[in-house]
Amino acid sequence: MRFHAIALATLTAFTAACSKGGDTAKGDSTLSNSSGVDLNGAGATFPYPIYSKWFSEYATATGVKINYQSKGSGAGIKQLQEGIVDFGASDSPMTDDEISKAKHGKVLHFPTVLGAVVVTYNLPGVTTPLRLNGQVIADIFKGTIKKWNDARIAALNPSVKLPATDILVVHRADGSGTTFIFTDYLNSASTTWATTAGGPGKGKEVQWPVGLGGQGNEGVSGQVKQTPGSIGYTELAYAKQNQLPVAHIQNKAGEFVEPTIASITAAAEGIVATLGPDPDYRISIANGPGAGAYPISSMTWLLVYQNSPDAAKAKKLVDFMRWMYATGEQSAASLDYAPLPAALVQRLTERLGAINLNATP
Amino acid sequence: MTSAVPAAPEPAVAGPPEGSTTLEGKSIGDRVYRTLTTAFAVAIPVLLVFIAFEVIAAAWPALQKFGLSFITSSAWDANAGQFGAAPMIYGTVVSSLLALILSAPLALGVAIWLSEFAPRWLRQPVSFLVDLLAAIPSVVYGLWGIFVLLPILRNNIMPFLATTLGLGNTPFFSGPAYGNSMLGAAMILAIMILPYISAVSREVLMAVPRSQREAALAMGATKWEMIRDAVVPYARSGILGGVILGLGRALGETMAVTMLIGNRHEISASLFAPGYTLASVIANEFAEATNELHTSALMACGAVLLVVTLVVNAIARWLVWRVAREPKS
Repeated sequence: MRFHAIALATLTAFTAACSKGGDTAKGDSTLSNSSGVDLNGAGATFPYPIYSKWFSEYATATGVKINYQSKGSGAGIKQLQEGIVDFGASDSPMTDDEISKAKHGKVLHFPTVLGAVVVTYNLPGVTTPLRLNGQVIADIFKGTIKKWNDARIAALNPSVKLPATDILVVHRADGSGTTFIFTDYLNSASTTWATTAGGPGKGKEVQWPVGLGGQGNEGVSGQVKQTPGSIGYTELAYAKQNQLPVAHIQNKAGEFVEPTIASITAAAEGIVATLGPDPDYRISIANGPGAGAYPISSMTWLLVYQNSPDAAKAKKLVDFMRWMYATGEQSAASLDYAPLPAALVQRLTERLGAINLNATP
Repeated sequence: MTSAVPAAPEPAVAGPPEGSTTLEGKSIGDRVYRTLTTAFAVAIPVLLVFIAFEVIAAAWPALQKFGLSFITSSAWDANAGQFGAAPMIYGTVVSSLLALILSAPLALGVAIWLSEFAPRWLRQPVSFLVDLLAAIPSVVYGLWGIFVLLPILRNNIMPFLATTLGLGNTPFFSGPAYGNSMLGAAMILAIMILPYISAVSREVLMAVPRSQREAALAMGATKWEMIRDAVVPYARSGILGGVILGLGRALGETMAVTMLIGNRHEISASLFAPGYTLASVIANEFAEATNELHTSALMACGAVLLVVTLVVNAIARWLVWRVAREPKS
């Protein structure tokens, strides 16, 4: 009895830890090839609700089935690099180094929708939305601003009576596109966040100087909801659906902007106006210019091979993306994603022509 | 790793058992049955070795780069490529041991009540409900922890420990009470491992021979004395086995702990402070780890967890062995 118990204990402890990882590198593709699926994709979890809506609507309209596994941006990039999936999806653009390791050559980035990260807080008695700017948020999350009634917060909120309590910072513990968007913004909107200034820098997970790590959006918001004096960040859709208080953030034009679908699209408009003739679209719209732009905004991308080894699949994928830009974009707002600005959609539709439809194995 | 799993049993199935002289002349069915069960028995160790091999191979780049500092350093910065797992090793061991301290007496109490005191009509339903605790998914435990346990901890238990009992001045109960903490993780683990310990203990206690009890009673022992001096000592090695099973479960538990422990790469003496565990860091970071060193460091955490689990189990097994050798008082 007891020896079995010991062996079992060893195994459960260990397999429990392993079961989460390890399977990202191999396998999976063979599962679905035989079951009538036309295209396989994997990647970001953040746009998964809208992607799955698109894929199901597209299947109804055309009969083309697309299987998407929301395993995280990292897994999406890895599987695309190894040629296991037909397309990837990511909340942060691939680096040149990552692209150079891709099996079938050049990877193109196609923005799909826009997302935003909101700063949420728990301050009993404060009913007007808090106003913050990039430098103040950075210093709060670095732990240099420690009290709610700090002069620099008060200066932005003259009409709010701030308590003299400690600030509890809550951040994501799991690697996440949400963290990437948030730190990408702090990186460009403050002078102290970048690694060159001794700060944590940007990434899907960074070394946080202070605070607690919550698991997922629900972990962060659960902690913030329950702890007076806390501050955290979640993605917009989650905050809206749970009616969390959100701060208005000062943009480059000096306005304090509430995160809304319109203000996020405005953030992309400002950047698109500055684009050159043939950009690769690995662009950050964080802290972008433009009136009414919400600064903690970001694109999310589909990752596609320029020279796919399978011509039939490449054509199917391009057909879907054409449909996505023409029809899909319109339903983005219903799930709290901001659609791309019309000018950008037009340019991206034209860019679909850059994908090679002749097999080059 | 997944591709390796189905391949593992094949060589085991192919190899017939050697020297099966004891079965000479027996029916063919016996031989087939013996071959089959041997193959199954061999498959498990082979599988374990395979998993260990794969994990260590994947962890090798990180282990090679950081060497011993991987288990002594507290730096964990994916951007800078610095990885040290000391806080996670500490958190894994401390949260599990603390859970055991909280859970074992309670589970033993439940088991003793069920085997010795519970009326027959109540025994079945209560056993069933306790066992049911093991069937709750750990993410549900985690959510329950966030929304029910942590507020109680923050508003009642932590102030009680720190202020009412005056323990706030000791290093173990100092610091602000946010809820997410080593203590919170240990408490949820204690609840999660309780059914394992109590189920095993209950079965072992019920298996204590009637003569053992009757002898104690005949010597004039009260019921309490009978349980303490005759029943529990007789069953102790089995009870310890149950405790070890619970410990193994606690060491590897991932989701609920991740949701409650606060996920901070820091070693703090205070149970009110957040911590981290090896399983949690893998769960949190693996999906989004793109660079190879990061992935490798996470696999190294898995390898370290394997070693920690083996060491803790070896110690526990040695304890069981010693207890079993002692004369029963």
